[in-house]
Amino acid sequence: MTATRPANLRAPPVRARGGDWVDDTRPIAVSFDGRAYTGLAGDTLASALLANGVRVVGRSLKYHRPRGILSAGFEEPNALVQLGKGAHSEPNALATRVEIYDGMTATSVNRWPSLSHDVFAAFGLLARFMPAGFYYKTFLGSRVLWDRLYEPFLRRMAGFGRAPVGADPENYDQRHLQCDVLVVGGGVAGLASARAACASGARVVLIEDNPELAAGLAASPAKEWIDVAIGVVKQDATVLTRTTVFGAYDAGYFAALQRASDHLPQEARAGVRQRLWLIRAKQVVLATGAIERPLVFPNNDRPGVYLAGAARAYLDRFGVLVGRNVVAFTNNDETYATVIALKKAGAAIAAIVDVRANLTGGAVALAKHEGIRVLEGYVVVDVRGRSAVRGVTIAALDGGRREKIACDALLMSGGWSPAVHLFSQQGGKLIYDPGMAAFVPDRRPADPWCAGALCGETGVDAAITGGWRAGSSAATALGKPAPRGLTAELPDEPKGDAPLAFWRVPVAPSAERKCFIDFQNDSTLADVSLAVREGFTHPEHVKRYTLTGFGTDQGKTGNINALGNIAERTGGDLARLAPTTFRPPFLPVTFGALAGREKGALLDPVRVTALHDWHVAAGAAFENVGQWKRPWYYPKDGETLDQAVTRECLAVRNNVGILDASTLGKIEIVGADAAAFLNRVYTNAWSKLGVGRSRYGLMCREDGMLFDDGTTTRLAPDRFLMTTTTGNAAAVLDWLEEWLQTEWPDLKVYCTSVTDHWSTIALAGPRAREVLQCLAPGTALDAENFPFMSYQEVVVAGVAARVFRISFTGELSFEINVPWHDARHVWEAAITAGAAFGITPYGTEAMHVLRAEKGYPIIGQDTDGTVTPLDLGMAWAVSTKKDFLGKRSLARPDTARPDRKQFVGLLTSDPSRVIPEGAQIVSESNIADVRLPQSSPVPMEGHVTSSYFSAVLGRSIALALVRDGFRRTGETVYAVADGHAIAARIGPTVFYDPDGTRRDG
Amino acid sequence: MQRFSAFALLAKSLGGHQGWSRQWRLATPKDAYDVVIVGGGGHGLATAYYLARNHGITNVAVLEKGWLGGGNVARNTTIVRSNYLWDESAALYEHSLKLWEDLSQDLNYNVMLSQRGVLNLAHSLQEVRDSRRRVYANQLNGVDAEWLDRGGVKVFCPLINTDESLRYPVLGATLQRRAGTARHDAVAWGFARAADSRGVDIVENCEVTGFDIQGGRVTGVQTTRGAIRAPKVAIVVAGHGSVMAERAGFRLPLESHPLQALVSEPIKPVLDCVVMSNAVHVYVSQSDKGELVIGAGIDSYNSYAQRGSLPVVTSQLGALIALFPMFSRLKMMRNWGGIVDVSPDASPIVGKTPIDGLYFNGGWGTGGFKATPGSGHIFAHTIAHEDPHPLAAPFNLDRFSTGALVDEHGAAAVAH
Ligand SMILES: Cc1cc2nc3c(=O)[nH]c(=O)nc-3n(C[C@H](O)[C@H](O)[C@H](O)COP(=O)(O)OP(=O)(O)OC[C@H]3O[C@@H](n4cnc5c(N)ncnc54)[C@H](O)[C@@H]3O)c2cc1C
Repeated sequence: MTATRPANLRAPPVRARGGDWVDDTRPIAVSFDGRAYTGLAGDTLASALLANGVRVVGRSLKYHRPRGILSAGFEEPNALVQLGKGAHSEPNALATRVEIYDGMTATSVNRWPSLSHDVFAAFGLLARFMPAGFYYKTFLGSRVLWDRLYEPFLRRMAGFGRAPVGADPENYDQRHLQCDVLVVGGGVAGLASARAACASGARVVLIEDNPELAAGLAASPAKEWIDVAIGVVKQDATVLTRTTVFGAYDAGYFAALQRASDHLPQEARAGVRQRLWLIRAKQVVLATGAIERPLVFPNNDRPGVYLAGAARAYLDRFGVLVGRNVVAFTNNDETYATVIALKKAGAAIAAIVDVRANLTGGAVALAKHEGIRVLEGYVVVDVRGRSAVRGVTIAALDGGRREKIACDALLMSGGWSPAVHLFSQQGGKLIYDPGMAAFVPDRRPADPWCAGALCGETGVDAAITGGWRAGSSAATALGKPAPRGLTAELPDEPKGDAPLAFWRVPVAPSAERKCFIDFQNDSTLADVSLAVREGFTHPEHVKRYTLTGFGTDQGKTGNINALGNIAERTGGDLARLAPTTFRPPFLPVTFGALAGREKGALLDPVRVTALHDWHVAAGAAFENVGQWKRPWYYPKDGETLDQAVTRECLAVRNNVGILDASTLGKIEIVGADAAAFLNRVYTNAWSKLGVGRSRYGLMCREDGMLFDDGTTTRLAPDRFLMTTTTGNAAAVLDWLEEWLQTEWPDLKVYCTSVTDHWSTIALAGPRAREVLQCLAPGTALDAENFPFMSYQEVVVAGVAARVFRISFTGELSFEINVPWHDARHVWEAAITAGAAFGITPYGTEAMHVLRAEKGYPIIGQDTDGTVTPLDLGMAWAVSTKKDFLGKRSLARPDTARPDRKQFVGLLTSDPSRVIPEGAQIVSESNIADVRLPQSSPVPMEGHVTSSYFSAVLGRSIALALVRDGFRRTGETVYAVADGHAIAARIGPTVFYDPDGTRRDG
Repeated sequence: MQRFSAFALLAKSLGGHQGWSRQWRLATPKDAYDVVIVGGGGHGLATAYYLARNHGITNVAVLEKGWLGGGNVARNTTIVRSNYLWDESAALYEHSLKLWEDLSQDLNYNVMLSQRGVLNLAHSLQEVRDSRRRVYANQLNGVDAEWLDRGGVKVFCPLINTDESLRYPVLGATLQRRAGTARHDAVAWGFARAADSRGVDIVENCEVTGFDIQGGRVTGVQTTRGAIRAPKVAIVVAGHGSVMAERAGFRLPLESHPLQALVSEPIKPVLDCVVMSNAVHVYVSQSDKGELVIGAGIDSYNSYAQRGSLPVVTSQLGALIALFPMFSRLKMMRNWGGIVDVSPDASPIVGKTPIDGLYFNGGWGTGGFKATPGSGHIFAHTIAHEDPHPLAAPFNLDRFSTGALVDEHGAAAVAH
């Protein structure tokens, strides 16, 4: 294997032999910090770099200490890299998880200008001035300096990688899965669980984070059993690898992220990058394993200090030896097997330093038998070497002998913490197990099943037995038959010595600053000590004060050491300290995957009417109204909005206009109690409305404030067609259903949305009747036979239509409802027939102007949830006889006040000036000084809700809500916006055809 | 109280920081106090602080059922602004913002107020109308406010996708330059330390389980650490307002909902202001630690479990990526929830209760962090004078029966 080696980094690791995961025959070229390296197919970026002798892969957050690879998996705090470039870039990728592919580029982060020469490393020298929380105590002198200097500097120093530049070019997917038994974790325990559950006939999903099941067990005596099990499970269960269950939610709901094509070169990626799996499981087996923890001693963060299990993983999976001359520092037996494996692979073992004394178990005996020097009751008190380990200083725990030992790698193990994250996310309780020196699931009946290292079943045989038990329990809990017995012949494992809880090497206070607890955030033993000294003794307080556990690794390795040291420092009992809450996600999850396809233009569905294509062809500009696209105006060559609206308005007033009103909500209300129901939800009375008649109705919330309006027509004695505003259609239906289902289940009423069933074409203008007559020859359309506010079934352009004589423009108007698929035909027929009458399509903007000329309010524009029907001057539509929703609230003293803000018209003194909508109303007496900025509040009396230039009136008009407005007719007030005041006179809201003769004609 | 300063830090460094002492005492509850404050969140601690500082009332206990500042004060997304629509709200939040601006100096604790500007985006013509209306009202209320059109938004925050192709394109935004964020933990700790130094007892792990009421007057509280007498008791429990009211025998028009937030992994500075959008429902800022801090609306069901559901998260991230397409490859690192008490008009309830001597401050919903100093200030005044502070008066409990609501739901409709 060839490698270009950075001169400043020394490089003992070597590829000793083939590993389970790598393919010796397939070299892969990658680049790190601009240098080319060669790895093997199957390597992670970390294993490839290690094989090439790269030690330093990053810099720590605060002190910019050189950092190397600590772990071999998702718990990694140090090896954060920026992967790829440009829009494909990914910040904070873990080198220990990234699978390499040809052409991969990665760069180190949080250093300047380069990893080996980082000027900010000077902060290491200032460490003593920057203890935990130092920023709370400083930068207090000057607000200006804080704003301009200190905070910008702190911000610059924060963060690791960079956000990509440009939109994400890749896609993400979401899929749903249901199963009987979900097994999380594809180690031996999970494998055994899945196998047992499959054997009972359960539908099983097995999810594993690694690319392979039962990772790294090729050398295990149970290999044969494992291979068979993998074969069976892959056949009988749904197996998802490269997939992380990151969230456990209520009612058996789990979320997992699959890295579908991250391991492939960019050009080979087809389809989705990552996939979100949303899983509903009846039973769950957690076999999530355990995470090794570091030991806490001075300079435990140096590049070349590894978790012992990681050294084993690099050897077994990738054939990489992390050192040629190794010291191990441990408190448990597992390390011994690792050390022996390294020795067998060719490493020299300088010593095993064990905090425990008087060891009698098999593991130790075996090591000694191998001729390894074991120092019992010893600890490492210092590590030499800045960017690579050169040696360690050890000392007897009882304070006696010290010795320097040369080495090029230090393995450490502080024992194993069960990966209780998902268990805890589901509400499971944890207890401290002194035998394991760890928090473990305190299993209660309703909790998920647990297996393997998660519950202390270490060792392959224990994991298989435990896993089988959990899997069969899960299946039988669902009434499945118990699977037939576990057939593996498993060798006994030797009895060993128990681990010893050991939270720190005793050191002088001055050395605590070098004992790292959270590697990523540079939280040290000194920081925990300081926090406790200052009264931050609750684990949550320590976490927040020292930032322990706040990094991308969320304290997977460090939190337990923090906890142990809090207990020691406070003299408390570790068993009584609760770990900080575990919440989703277990591992960081890509935003894009969580968003799935619902982003950008697909954020929300687009709803278009049956006439949409016609509008597009006619060159309409569109407005979003709720989810709908509505024609806003139809500019003719080069027209501005104002010009088009003027033309459209005048066409309606003088000839005839045509509007696509299909988006208005339509709800059919059917049943024996339909009229009674309407009586309760509308403010006015409905019982006496005759069949074939329409009525305008107002709806209030319980608080008496207007919620929606519209006309409703009686189609038959027990059948009404309600219309709602476009934006509120769904909310109104919800509202009706809520009352029917929760409060009035006794009413015999059904509500059905028919918005999309009927297209609505409105003809409005003095010549509307003539146009309709052309389309419906022979139908009597005169005012006597078809009066205002009535309804008839008419054949229009050959289509059976529902025609309503209602008007939102104040002109003679017919609203023609035809089935959705006939709309285009009828619309075009109307356009053709109307040509002779000057028919003009008009959009929402003209509609708004036309209705404002008539003083018709738009709910949501002229009202804002604080306006009652009476405030709008619509007492005529509020029954005093019957009860209705909101009626009681209208009687509340403030709501019944006569001087509330009321709906009035405003005419500017200068008829050409159009008041900006939203302008605030200020009375004459307060207008003296409305210049900006305002230092003390100016009393405001209301605001302008709608304001336009009216073409037909040749002047501006406005509608406003003004305090005590009804009584102030004739008063001049000022509409203030951006420091400008416009004088206007209060008057009636109806500016045009106040008697309604045009409408009724 | 040990004063904090760069000099003190330097001096203590020489002694290896061994010389620092507790930031507040570990108090054991006494039998009786002049005022008992239930709830050691931001508002409760601020109330205690201003009682001591402004009214000389120092025989005060703050009783916290868990660890200090473990409620919403430590769970929120820290947006601080005062550009509310209605006069009553604008006055209250602007009062609070003014206190914020001097808070670090006042408390001698750096609360890291970061006035980097808050944009509230408008995506529909109606939102444009509502936004401009709010700006015009703010300006006359002495609250700094600007309206930016689409081009202005792009200049102020170039990262925002103002493209027409957006499902709901950005049409403009309101901007309050004095608005921003603050460091939530520091607010809780800073108030605790400053209150403690004036004699207030801060008692953690002490849950109030009941109220002693005689003849319609409160005489003390029952706690998990025994009974405590007090002629005045103030309830400041954020997400548990109606639970407390029930224990005192009255009802409140509050609904308790989970509200979630999440952060990305820390990245180098990229977003320099706070961006909020209602129509494309998400809001985001970047903390001094480099994390993008993201939130949206409440989970619609009622709950006291401090966690929410995944769909609320996925939909807000869709919205985030619509507005910031380059954030798609960032990762969600933490996600959590708090319980917020929402009132019918989305405004708080501050003042007296039907029980004499019992005061209530709550219902701040999704947006009470920004009010922390202001709320404590006017509530302390209300308790000390047994009469509502003028800024608190409109937020009385009676308004739900009189109808004099301060409705920040409707037109204002900006949460947080
Ligand atoms: C996710 C999220 C995001 C938010 N974002 C923002 C934002 O960006 N801007 C903003 O302005 N606001 C925001 N808020 C709202 C804000 O956090 C709250 O309105 C505010 O913090 C509430 O006041 P507090 O600090 O006193 O509450 P808390 O900190 O919750 O204090 C109440 C305390 O009372 C204690 N308590 C309860 N019952 C008892 C009892 N029986 N005995 C003793 N103690 C008791 C609780 O343990 C708690 O500590 C957000 C809230 C959440 C949850």
